[in-house]
Amino acid sequence: MAEDHIDYSAPIGDTATTTTCYMCACRCGIKVHLKDGVIRYIEGNRDHPVNRGVLCGKGSAGIMTQYSPAKLRKPLKRVGERGAGEFVEIEWEEAMQIAISLLAEIRRTDPKKLAFYTGRDQSQALTGYFAQMFGTMNFAAHGGFCSVNMAAAGLYSLGGAFWEFGEPDWEQAKLFLLFGVAEDHDSNPIKLGLAKLKERGAKIVSINPVRTGYSAIADEHVPITPGTDGLFVMALIHCLLEAGKIDADFLIRYTNAHYLVVEAPGAADHGLFARDAEGKPLAFDRKAEALADATAPGIAPALLGEYELPDGRRARPAFALLAERYLDPEYAPEAVAERCGLQPETIRRLAAEIAEIAFNQPVVLDQPWIDTAGRRHETMIGRPVAMHGMRGISAHSNGFHTCRAIHVLQMLIGAVDTPGSWRYKSPYPKPILPGPPPAGRRHLPDGSLPGGLLGFPRGPEDLLVDEDGEALRLDRAFSWEAPLGIHGMMHMAIAEAYKADRYEIDTLFLYMANMAWNSAMNPGETNRMLTEKRENGEYRIRNVIYADAYYSETVAYADLVLPDTTYLERYDCISLLDRPIGSAHGPADAIRHPVIKPDRDVRPFQDVLIELAGQLKLPNFVDGGGRPLYKDYPDYIMRHERRPGVGPLAGWRGEDGEAAGKGAPNPDQISRYIENGGFWRMHLPREQLYFKHANKAYLEGAVSMGFIESSDQIVLSLYSEPMQKFRLAAEGHGGVVPPERLRARILSGFDPLPIWYQPLEQGQVDRQRFPLFAITQRPMAMYHSWGGQNEWLRQINSENRLYVHRGTAAALGVADEDWVWVESRNGRLKCQIRLMDGVNPNTVWTWNAIGKRSGAWALAPDAPESKRGFLLNHLISEYLPGERHSNSDPVTGQAAWFDLNVSISRAGAGEAETAPHFETLPLPPNFPKAPTSIQFGASPLRKPVPETAS
Amino acid sequence: MTSLPQREPGAKKLGLVIDLDTCVGCHACAVNCKEWNTGGHYAPLPDHNPYQDQPDGVWFNRIHSYETEERTVNFPRSCLHCETPQCVTVCPTGASYKRAEDGIVLVNTDLCIGCKLCSWACPYGAREFDEDNGVMKKCTLCIDRIYNESLPEAEREPACVATCPSRARHFGDLADPESKVSKLVAERGGADLMPELGYGPVNKYLPPRKRKIAAPPLQSACGEAKPGMNRLLALVDKVLSR
Repeated sequence: MAEDHIDYSAPIGDTATTTTCYMCACRCGIKVHLKDGVIRYIEGNRDHPVNRGVLCGKGSAGIMTQYSPAKLRKPLKRVGERGAGEFVEIEWEEAMQIAISLLAEIRRTDPKKLAFYTGRDQSQALTGYFAQMFGTMNFAAHGGFCSVNMAAAGLYSLGGAFWEFGEPDWEQAKLFLLFGVAEDHDSNPIKLGLAKLKERGAKIVSINPVRTGYSAIADEHVPITPGTDGLFVMALIHCLLEAGKIDADFLIRYTNAHYLVVEAPGAADHGLFARDAEGKPLAFDRKAEALADATAPGIAPALLGEYELPDGRRARPAFALLAERYLDPEYAPEAVAERCGLQPETIRRLAAEIAEIAFNQPVVLDQPWIDTAGRRHETMIGRPVAMHGMRGISAHSNGFHTCRAIHVLQMLIGAVDTPGSWRYKSPYPKPILPGPPPAGRRHLPDGSLPGGLLGFPRGPEDLLVDEDGEALRLDRAFSWEAPLGIHGMMHMAIAEAYKADRYEIDTLFLYMANMAWNSAMNPGETNRMLTEKRENGEYRIRNVIYADAYYSETVAYADLVLPDTTYLERYDCISLLDRPIGSAHGPADAIRHPVIKPDRDVRPFQDVLIELAGQLKLPNFVDGGGRPLYKDYPDYIMRHERRPGVGPLAGWRGEDGEAAGKGAPNPDQISRYIENGGFWRMHLPREQLYFKHANKAYLEGAVSMGFIESSDQIVLSLYSEPMQKFRLAAEGHGGVVPPERLRARILSGFDPLPIWYQPLEQGQVDRQRFPLFAITQRPMAMYHSWGGQNEWLRQINSENRLYVHRGTAAALGVADEDWVWVESRNGRLKCQIRLMDGVNPNTVWTWNAIGKRSGAWALAPDAPESKRGFLLNHLISEYLPGERHSNSDPVTGQAAWFDLNVSISRAGAGEAETAPHFETLPLPPNFPKAPTSIQFGASPLRKPVPETAS
Repeated sequence: MTSLPQREPGAKKLGLVIDLDTCVGCHACAVNCKEWNTGGHYAPLPDHNPYQDQPDGVWFNRIHSYETEERTVNFPRSCLHCETPQCVTVCPTGASYKRAEDGIVLVNTDLCIGCKLCSWACPYGAREFDEDNGVMKKCTLCIDRIYNESLPEAEREPACVATCPSRARHFGDLADPESKVSKLVAERGGADLMPELGYGPVNKYLPPRKRKIAAPPLQSACGEAKPGMNRLLALVDKVLSR
């Protein structure tokens, strides 16, 4: 027998470079191996704090995204009608001239006529700053249609939030409740965490209408009806209160549970905290039998009862109001279970399990620590019930309150930043509220806005509204329609720019946001808005500039296309000023740096933006003589200071590179990151790992690092006083009041304690006609839609079905693989169904963002993505039925993707093709012809796509 | 036809232990396997219609998800490196073979005539035909990683194991009862896939588990005059100091 030839010890490649992945939003560390200048292998970086060596399917498929034939090649100028996809290639010089002349004129005349919206670009520390210096408040990124309900509820309750600013204690938790997490948000960290929980024998409960992915491996799957999670959580709270299973010590030490709330209906301070002459909140001290400073250590504050204030009015502890509300039989499991699609016994049993783990099986760490009052504690006592929530909570119009309800549950059982519970990711916690209010109402003399655009309203006085109470921002964030719209409302930008009923937008500038397709509610209507003209022949939205690295569906709707680089070709900065990669173990941030050189005439968008800022002479981008301050993005990353000593990167600051957090710019900073594997991290000492909101050493350290301004205790908001301020305004108090049409909605929606209401769309459509709930999930191998055009990943998912419960299908008379019409109040689509058991019977669902427009992404016109793939987005509208109100959470403006109600009926015989089906987009000039077969990895390594034009 | 080697005493039985209790079905192992192996020992793993209708390619590891009565199971499928693999014994040229020293089943592509008898013989569907080159290919257990002296020792494991985000894949010597993988199999009741066929798969699957928490029911205040408040009052009656 001839001997097999095996090269056992072939080196992987010629070089290995560590950088940060960008195939999704997780920011994992990767090691990229090159052989003969071509990527041989991408693997997880074992030293990286986010992924510790593992890598998901999408990250591993980065090679194929890099070598995608859909990469844009050169700046493009539209020559045909908008939307037709007819372009000519132009030089960068011309492209920049076009952009600069448009932007310079806008800035000279009315800066807010620039609407700058970016996708999940992870460079908001630059893009937001650009908008601020430009002087337009019309800026936002992806958060408004993703996770702002989680961010706002968390930041206004805990000073941290699920996902970005917090994580479960994977090492200590014994019971883990996962709410509405659809196989992602985040990807590798949750999978690693689930493995740790399983290894230790912790119980995992997934509350989710669909049993796939993470829910598939949960020890218990709770198939809840979409939009009812808040009721479910309030019923858990009901059971725990009823049995007295709450951590009263935690409540009085770390929350505002004992703060006295003024009970004076009709008064301007009704529902606000009673305060002393110095403005300190009051509590009733049971030892002294007198009112006392609620923040004073040593008092014995009452949690129940009613007390008289010095002015003779009555006040009750916030907890008493809470107890009264949730003890009401309307929150008993028996009263809510049917609406939740659950059995009351299940809710009662889960409440008992929470109580058992929290109070009978606490985690006690033998670790002394000192609290903000200077008291030494010998141990750290934890309630090992951890929680995490995401899209299934967030994407409903009641998501803010639902998320707050989860946080209230955490506070009641003392499970916030304790061993075994949910924990803050450093640099969080931040004070409640974490930053100044949003800027936008007035400009500085240099034309810039005086602060961050996505700030934190403390009350009505901080809203961006005119004298009539109407929105100043294009997207209506921070108006009475979405007072806590702290991530902006990107899903409204195009619709509002089209309506132009307050002011016209001159230029819509989009970056890495597929706003004409899967990031749009109602893409067909969005395409119409982008292409409709005025009587004078001009487009209603006059100019559209778009930057993307790929030929996405939105490219066809731009007048000027600025081709970006891929994540392996550019510098990036995952900054503490934005959303860093810190963990509960300590702060961390990271960079990307070029691993390979672009082989096209493309430029990193961040470089382009810095050049635009320099040419436009924006403040802080030019020196006193008007000369550009920064050569390019890496130069900005290293030299820009937001405050003295605080810049985009926290590691290796100072002239000698020895400072962390605060320090002078260091010209070798990026080299130091590269030497360290592309990231910086700091390990917190053991005594700082828990109780960060009240941990003296931690808070003082955070101040010295420049994360927060004050080392005062961060008192958790069981009761949210800012919410009540908005409600008082709706009663007519104060100088800034909502317009009449919104008063009732503010009055009911701004309850300082969590409430549940039916998702808005459900109350406004005919539920007899549209009886099913429709939601989406993301296939794990395609978490986050960018980069989904990928020849390996599309072999896993290139078409999608609508999943229907077997019993429901039988009742409707439809069978597996049948073609059906799915109808909503907004329109209808045709697709195929697949039957399953593991789904709430009233819910149908599909994979998100598999459907592509024919011709986009350099796919063949008959690719399954456009023939058998579909977007549920076509059934969703930006607006509620018959109203001017956006289809959003009324508190935060979060896009209510999951409020959708539909009907299903069998489609008659016809073409086996999904509908709606849009016209095929032509390829831009000089695009390579996509190959029909690939032998990637054949020796010598061959790129899958010929890089010369066909 | 090809004969199986005499197993030497003390020889290794290298294989995978796959934990169905933690596999979330994310395809990380499949894609990383594809990525490693398309440039590895069996390079390339061709793809057809990569940007067209009916995209298809060679993958050594594929993931299937199916529902049982109680849960959804994600099931990764690759060569099980059987002890008595019929894919080897049916091979007319000796191309398909099982290694004596570690039990890995390989194909010598120099000898493979592309007759596909082995893929017909394999009941697990674990063989992948490379049409472009006319030869059969399959999982090598990353033979070019596990003995690779240019890699740090910790990285000498199959790509699918290294990359698995939920740590559901384990690699080791199943002939050694003291190995981590053998212990896992013993503790968790690791099972053979379709043992009735008698091929003696080396890879094992760990069954799903269900953790339960024994908790006494909470006292319900139903029927009390003011439901719940009594116990709460008792609770806060203990004067608590801030």
